[in-house]
Amino acid sequence: MSPVAVLFKRELGSYFATPVAYVFIVIFLVLANAFAFQLGGLFERGQADLRPFFDFHPWLYLFLVPAVAMRLWAEERNTGSIELLLTLPVTQNQAVLGKFLAAWAFVGIALALTFPIWITVNYLGDPDNGVILASYCGSLLMAGGFLAIGSAVSAATRSQVIAFIITVVICFSLLLAGHPLVLGFAKLALPQWMVDGVASLSFITHFTSISKGVIDLRDLVFFGLLIGFFLYATSVVIDLKKAD
Amino acid sequence: MIEIKNLTKRYGDLLAVDSISFTVAPGEVLGFLGPNGAGKSTTMKMIAGFLTPSDGSISVCGFDVEKQPLEAKRCIGYLPEGAPAWGEMTPAGFLSFIADIRGIAPGVREKRIREVVARLGLERVFEQPIETLSKGFKRRVGIAQAILHDPKVLVLDEPTDGLDPNQKHEVRTLIQGLAKDKIVIVSTHILEEVHAVCTRAIIIAAGKVVADATPDDLEARSRYHGAVTVRADDLDAMKASLAKVGGVDEVLVDLEDKVVTAFPCKGQAIFGPITRLIQDQKLPVHEVLLERGRLDEVFRTITQTGARS
Repeated sequence: MSPVAVLFKRELGSYFATPVAYVFIVIFLVLANAFAFQLGGLFERGQADLRPFFDFHPWLYLFLVPAVAMRLWAEERNTGSIELLLTLPVTQNQAVLGKFLAAWAFVGIALALTFPIWITVNYLGDPDNGVILASYCGSLLMAGGFLAIGSAVSAATRSQVIAFIITVVICFSLLLAGHPLVLGFAKLALPQWMVDGVASLSFITHFTSISKGVIDLRDLVFFGLLIGFFLYATSVVIDLKKAD
Repeated sequence: MIEIKNLTKRYGDLLAVDSISFTVAPGEVLGFLGPNGAGKSTTMKMIAGFLTPSDGSISVCGFDVEKQPLEAKRCIGYLPEGAPAWGEMTPAGFLSFIADIRGIAPGVREKRIREVVARLGLERVFEQPIETLSKGFKRRVGIAQAILHDPKVLVLDEPTDGLDPNQKHEVRTLIQGLAKDKIVIVSTHILEEVHAVCTRAIIIAAGKVVADATPDDLEARSRYHGAVTVRADDLDAMKASLAKVGGVDEVLVDLEDKVVTAFPCKGQAIFGPITRLIQDQKLPVHEVLLERGRLDEVFRTITQTGARS
């Protein structure tokens, strides 16, 4: 087994060794369904699709994903196990990647457990399952983006609470980047190309375009680059903060 | 073989380790001593490959720790200060993870884990989460992790800190029992430990090596080396008698312990003359003790003058 796979297995196992994993999954499922049915009016719309379900994912992730990401490195630093981890024969990048993939897989498991809602719409009507699959992929990619940001923030602090709050703030800004309110303000002060730049950072814009069933390479590249950039940042931050 | 050349670590303006150099050969058990904040842990963290040196080089088993970190890390077993581990794991899961990540072959894996578990007496807690274990067991799990792959170099940062006397004794026996072709580096505050397990001691103060010698040599530097301590009822009379013995430089009375200590002039043996005096004059004594030298006194002298210079 490659070092990344060994680290991945240990990390993922440790989520399920404590009640935290189960609490997280239950809260995720309850909120995801409550939003879809209560706020999104999944039944009342009378349409066989999962738009109301996926539309709330960015907001759900805003609080739940930083809660998973906060412990990634802050806890290792706090207990000192980071010293053990990084003196094992693994490279720092392997450690960063293994931990990230485990957290991502964990969120993926939670997301996969929402399958009853997919069965429900298929039972009630005839939805476009291609669109639903694309939406699940988009949702997972977005969760990966949030997690990578959380990973970098978590590496910068010993305190999980600080890691959580800062990650939420950063993710919130990225979510809102495409909002007309933000862009309206940006237009007043910035040249058009910068406004476009801000708009193109928006998680919601990219996620919405994928969840319409249109898998555009640009959206995939956006999330891929975002994840890559923040994982690299994680590694840099770990190096800088090692001695603390 | 460990070769350390001009190793330096700066944290901003603070010079934690100041150009230290030494080599350690297989078979040596090196005691790493020094006051808190002297740079012991920083040095060990650099040897283990956790911190990057600001300057200088470290080579372990022929591998440069910075240029070939994976090869170097493979031949090191490292117990970080405080024996950190992942608390939610059991020793079983933890050791099996370490075996996987260290690439121990599947054929010998189970056997190695069984051996290490037996050696450190972890059978009873094998399936309990590490965070629920006592300090002693946590430390033992940390040591088990460090020796699992039978490393050529073992770096233990305060392995007996916080253990009870029995556990300390066990850990020392373990270190002594390691194969004779290994390098062991142990940092400690406990000076008696140096005598118990180390073949060599390095004292560092303010980031510099201030002494590098065998424990016996260090003791010989003590004012107490070769001194004679006598326990008696009439301390003043005893002091007067001892002061007349040839070769005695000074006699001190310790009222608290009710003993008199006679210090020799440099290079003089005074134990013989004093015992003869006691026998000849039939002086009433409870105990006569030849001092080997006091490491704590040497340690204080060396580190305080070393830090000042």
